Amino acid sequence: MNKPIATTRSAAGLPTARLVTWWVVASEIFIFGGLLASYVMHRIAHPEWAASASHTNMWIGAFNTFVLLTSSLFAVLGHKAAESGDGPKAARFLRFTALGGFVFLTVKAFEWTHEIREGFVIASSGFWSFYYTAAGLHAAHVLAGALILLVVAAGAARNEELLRVECIGIYWHFVDIIWIFLFPLLYIAH
Amino acid sequence: MSSDEHVHHPNYVRIWAVLLVLLVVSVLGPLTGIRWLVLITAFGVAMVKAYLVAKNFMHVTIERRFIPYLLVVCLVLVLVLFVGVAPDVMKHRGLNWENYSARQAVEAGMQSAPAKRE
Repeated sequence: MNKPIATTRSAAGLPTARLVTWWVVASEIFIFGGLLASYVMHRIAHPEWAASASHTNMWIGAFNTFVLLTSSLFAVLGHKAAESGDGPKAARFLRFTALGGFVFLTVKAFEWTHEIREGFVIASSGFWSFYYTAAGLHAAHVLAGALILLVVAAGAARNEELLRVECIGIYWHFVDIIWIFLFPLLYIAH
Repeated sequence: MSSDEHVHHPNYVRIWAVLLVLLVVSVLGPLTGIRWLVLITAFGVAMVKAYLVAKNFMHVTIERRFIPYLLVVCLVLVLVLFVGVAPDVMKHRGLNWENYSARQAVEAGMQSAPAKRE
């Protein structure tokens, strides 16, 4: 069976797959960094956004932070299991990680439904525009990551391509870090 | 960290527990109602949490040296973006210009804000 080149070839001293993952993370820093920097400068320039921001629910945001931090723990435990050559164990951890992602998205769906019913939609104000854009872009990354986690877990369960466990872990931890900054910006700093 | 090397795995559950304690701190901050304390517990703690995740879960510090450099350069460029754009966004009036729509948005928002809170 031919193996994908990315998991067998090394470049610049590390496997190509991991190098590519870091490049993805670097480019994502610009995507989210630009978005969050724009939010911060607008938030400072618009004190009236505080009234809109006071409608977000800090406890829901905190719960989702707990969920993502816990899923990151599972991801790194999966990496540890993969390094010891235990693919099935790594697969179990990755599935728990993906489950965390789906719990996060479910909570987000309930939260957004409530906010939209209250009349806070993307066009309501500058704050809500940033809120839905930033949280929505992040949620799209969570969804993509959770689906990739399940694909990688399927391979890991057969002890195949265990390097991918580390790569998807790096991506997942980055998505976690983005939420770590979104949480205070959107839910705490009223 | 080369492809043949294995990561020294710290006690991940302990790091996760520390992250949860920091999460509790960031949630308790706003309950004090002290503005400067809220900023520290929200954003200061967020930076510490991000560092712990990057160091211990992503293993950035034991990755090939150019990887953390790459990430730092990206963060610095985001900072350059902020510094370059912020004056135009954060100020609504300059020597020879005025952002009428932004000023109107602030004034209208501040007038309607108390009504929204009630």
